[in-house]
Amino acid sequence: MLTGLAVEKLGACFGQKQVLNGISMTIGPNLVTAIIGPSGCGKSTLIRCLNRLHETVPGARQSGRVLLDGQDISQMDPVQVRRTIGMVFQKPNPFPSMSIYDNVAAGLRLNGVRKRHRLDEYVEKSLRMGALWEEVADRLDKPGISLSGGQQQRLCIARAIAIEPKVLLMDEPCSALDPVSTGKIEELIQELKKALTIVIVTHNMQQAARVSDYTGFLLLGELIEFDETPKLFTNPRDKRTEDYITGRFG
Amino acid sequence: MSSSEAFPASGVPPRAGGTNVADRLFKGTTLLFALSVVAIMVLMAGAMLRTALPAIRAFGWHFPFTSTWDPVAERFGALPFIYGTLVSSLLALSIAVPLSLGGAIFLVELAPHWLAQPIAFLIDLLASIPSVVYGLWGIFVLAPWLRTTVQPALGALLGVLPLFQGPAYGVGMLAAGMILAIMVIPFISGVSREVLMAVPNSQREAALALGATKWEAIRTAVLPYSRSGIIGAIILGLGRALGETMAVTMVIGNRPEIALSLFAPGYTMASVIANEFAEATSDFHLAALIEIGLLLFGVTILVNGLARLLVWSVAGNGAATVRE
Ligand SMILES: Nc1ncnc2c1ncn2[C@@H]1O[C@H](COP(=O)(O)OP(=O)(O)OP(=O)(O)O)[C@@H](O)[C@H]1O
Ligand SMILES: [Mg+2]
Repeated sequence: MLTGLAVEKLGACFGQKQVLNGISMTIGPNLVTAIIGPSGCGKSTLIRCLNRLHETVPGARQSGRVLLDGQDISQMDPVQVRRTIGMVFQKPNPFPSMSIYDNVAAGLRLNGVRKRHRLDEYVEKSLRMGALWEEVADRLDKPGISLSGGQQQRLCIARAIAIEPKVLLMDEPCSALDPVSTGKIEELIQELKKALTIVIVTHNMQQAARVSDYTGFLLLGELIEFDETPKLFTNPRDKRTEDYITGRFG
Repeated sequence: MSSSEAFPASGVPPRAGGTNVADRLFKGTTLLFALSVVAIMVLMAGAMLRTALPAIRAFGWHFPFTSTWDPVAERFGALPFIYGTLVSSLLALSIAVPLSLGGAIFLVELAPHWLAQPIAFLIDLLASIPSVVYGLWGIFVLAPWLRTTVQPALGALLGVLPLFQGPAYGVGMLAAGMILAIMVIPFISGVSREVLMAVPNSQREAALALGATKWEAIRTAVLPYSRSGIIGAIILGLGRALGETMAVTMVIGNRPEIALSLFAPGYTMASVIANEFAEATSDFHLAALIEIGLLLFGVTILVNGLARLLVWSVAGNGAATVRE
């Protein structure tokens, strides 16, 4: 079954500080949804609410609902939610004590895959999907952190998709990467889209325009506009969206 | 000259030779300090070696491998003391490491802030209690409790093992190991806590985002990341346990015997020096005690060296090589 998310009147705060306010949006199955907006507007907080990582921060609270195929995720086991909704972080964070192989296998092992040939199979498949297999096939036992930044990020993508999530959240996955690595990851997103639903946070508007089907513009914790990507970029309804995408934003 | 021509408009005067002199002076002084530390160690070892010479001449290689300790007959062997030092320290570690690590993990990863702060403070406070106070507590509280409650229970439960056989005296190897454990807990848990707190949150979140439970995140992300630091903490604890004198002397029973049972009394290198030094009956007795001091020195260096090797071998693929 294809998996989508529905966000209903989502609010989030850190202690007394309200960071998100009344966000409602529908994240369609097998589509790429981009979230754009200026720094500090709450993009990371928004996608961290989608896999219940927000609630692990001390003092963090949230209101409203997030529905995964109609089911309220706050009623589900958080471990199950995060197995279904994977995440790639802004800064590559491979496990430094683990080899390339073990990094990809980490999530599988957590999910109870123990047999060596099954692990081998999944690790290769994930690394291929992560467009990293050719570069690392002959040194899978080397530490994950011996890779370049771009390779590390693709390793983290492979690690996230190895457990076959239905949704993949990506928080500025290219912000630390050069144009070549960025291009690879963008191609990868097009490839992954066939198998899963993707939400990507990005600072780069060209990137949002290139990879996404829907785009949401977030400003000061509010979702100003949410529409099909071509429409939002060529014909925004809100003045603030227009200012932001044309670079006139204060 | 050419440099001042290349930057003619610079307002900064070219650096004179004077700074160079100051630099060299600084380097010389710090070198002197560094060398003086080495010199003090060499002088100390030399002086000890000279005093210990009669014993070294008389017993040679047999000294660390003989069990007789008879000041009257002037026959000396250090084996029971080496054994006592190593066993009491290892016993202490085997009690203290799980407690300290478990405590540190609880305080850093699980406990709410309002609870973690005061508990951490109390544990740190353990480190500032003078060791003679630990010794007194050992004699008046711990040893009687061991004699009346713990040792009979252990004997009944695990009496088939040679470790838990024999009469319950209270004082002995077990009491020494437990006192030492309590004394090294603040060091091991304090350093472990620092090390765990230094693990970046992105590591925990990486594991959580893969569907790890809290404990699985600790096991797959936090502990491997901090492995070499935690081993360092354990080495620190071991170093303290090996050299601790007063509290151990008060509860270990001070009998130069090698017994397999943890209930039996024993003796440590540091304790025998402390007990007999002031009333050494002859220069020869003194020489034997000093030689034990040299051996303690050697054992400490050896154990630390081995432990350091261990750190290096795990740090090779551990967090010590992380590029942040
Ligand atoms: N752990 C935290 N504790 C308190 N405030 C936080 C915390 N994390 C984020 N914030 C605040 O929440 C607001 C939104 O942060 P968030 O990280 O979601 O922004 P962002 O849109 O992802 O920014 P960027 O583009 O710079 O990554 C910011 O004002 C930030 O200061
Ligand atoms: Mg962010």
